[in-house]
Amino acid sequence: MMIDIQGVSKSFGTHKVLNEASLKIERGTTCVIIGRSGCGKSVLLKHIVGILHPDQGKVFVDGKEVSCLNEAGMNALRMKIGMVFQGGALFDSLTVGENVGFGLIEHRKIGQRELLERVEESLCMVGLCGIANLMPSELSGGMKKRVSLARALCIKPELILYDEPTTGVDPITAASINELIKSLHDKLQVTSIVVTHDMVSAYTVADRIAMLYQGKIIADGSPQEIQSSTHPVVHQFINGLAQGPITETLDHDSRIKQ
Amino acid sequence: MKMPQQFFINIGQKVFYFLYFVGGMVNLASQTIYLTFMPPYKKDRIMEQAKKAGFDSLPIVSLVSLFIGFIFALQTAYFMQRMGSEIYIASLVALALVRELGPVITALVVAGRVGAAITAELGSMQVTEQIDALETLATNPIKYLVVPRFVALSLMLPLLTLYADIIGIFGSYLICVYKLGISSGMYIHVTFDALLYKDLFTGLLKTVFFGMIIAFVSCFEGFNVEGGAEGVGQATTRSVVTSFILIIMCDCFFTAIFYFLFP
Repeated sequence: MMIDIQGVSKSFGTHKVLNEASLKIERGTTCVIIGRSGCGKSVLLKHIVGILHPDQGKVFVDGKEVSCLNEAGMNALRMKIGMVFQGGALFDSLTVGENVGFGLIEHRKIGQRELLERVEESLCMVGLCGIANLMPSELSGGMKKRVSLARALCIKPELILYDEPTTGVDPITAASINELIKSLHDKLQVTSIVVTHDMVSAYTVADRIAMLYQGKIIADGSPQEIQSSTHPVVHQFINGLAQGPITETLDHDSRIKQ
Repeated sequence: MKMPQQFFINIGQKVFYFLYFVGGMVNLASQTIYLTFMPPYKKDRIMEQAKKAGFDSLPIVSLVSLFIGFIFALQTAYFMQRMGSEIYIASLVALALVRELGPVITALVVAGRVGAAITAELGSMQVTEQIDALETLATNPIKYLVVPRFVALSLMLPLLTLYADIIGIFGSYLICVYKLGISSGMYIHVTFDALLYKDLFTGLLKTVFFGMIIAFVSCFEGFNVEGGAEGVGQATTRSVVTSFILIIMCDCFFTAIFYFLFP
């Protein structure tokens, strides 16, 4: 799937989260969007899947403008997109199996046996065979994220959106999630968009890295290009420096407010 | 900021929130009613909600209406005994319960028990992004979450009310027969004599609307939760308070209409 984000702006109340952000993602690539917490990365993802609509600008997925789709068109699009939420967002009244098979149960007429096979297959892909009968409340945070990924995989998506897949899990689980993202990309040729502020993860999985800052995409290139970038904001962020233009702007803003 | 300025800003915010609430409710109600009649129909989800809203409310509705029956019989007895006309307690209780107390008390109990639970549940789903997850799985949250609750509540509330009426009258029967010495046959005869079909009909019809109010208010507040656990708490309070107010207002409206329609 090809994604083209053209000059998207979005405000919540008086707070302008996205300010004419533009980004193009080619079919079959893994693009990592980096940026500070709360800078609008998740908001950008939600525009691609049509949960949020832009105040200005357009989002095209496979050449179709997302905000202009009717309900049937939107549903068809969403059945090709898998989204992995930050906290998992598993439905806590349903079992793990029902969660993973949710899309198939609701939308595709398939037999009980085939459904169970697909659910088990998806769970095994994320390394969690045989937990279909547990409830989400019995899982750890890392397991929830992986079940959420299994739920995204179960509909055999062409595009997978990851919202901070490695945040809040231990380094080993994080590494295994990174491996998973890479192997899914290699095996299934899916287009992936990963939103993260974990630079290790970004370098591991990315074909391309884009940085979101003050509602705009300020840098966009291969991991090597980003690593050697001379842009002061990018430089401060990827090296995790306490001093730099990002923190100076914050100090400046808070002084103005005072 | 200066006092007068702040005063007008506050009023402005209140008006804005009120308009937002009215608009949101109308929007939610129209979408829900439209989607209720659109296939696919998921009966098991409606049954599940009907059990939660109806069957699971039976104990508290029984308890409350039984005591209302006791209290109402004793309070009316105070005056009726002075007049020497205890037998009219039966007709008074029957009319008051079937026309007014049964519907309103049941609706308030259900708003507190079921409406609060719905807001808390949907609110938690909202803050943990489960509602967004539903949408990304190509499932309309209104169809999936609101429609079953709407159908269940507007069907279950009349049934619960009918049950509460019967239990309330039974409570009053116990007091009158075993405490005030009215004969059992006489009590039953006077009760059925007093009640007309229109009393039962108007009493139960308005509860359908009370059920809708509870469903729409609780779902609307749940969907609009912001800001984590604290937000869920505030929304739950707002949901119950708003339901109470709207139920009483709606009751007043229907009572006035029925008064002129079925004199």
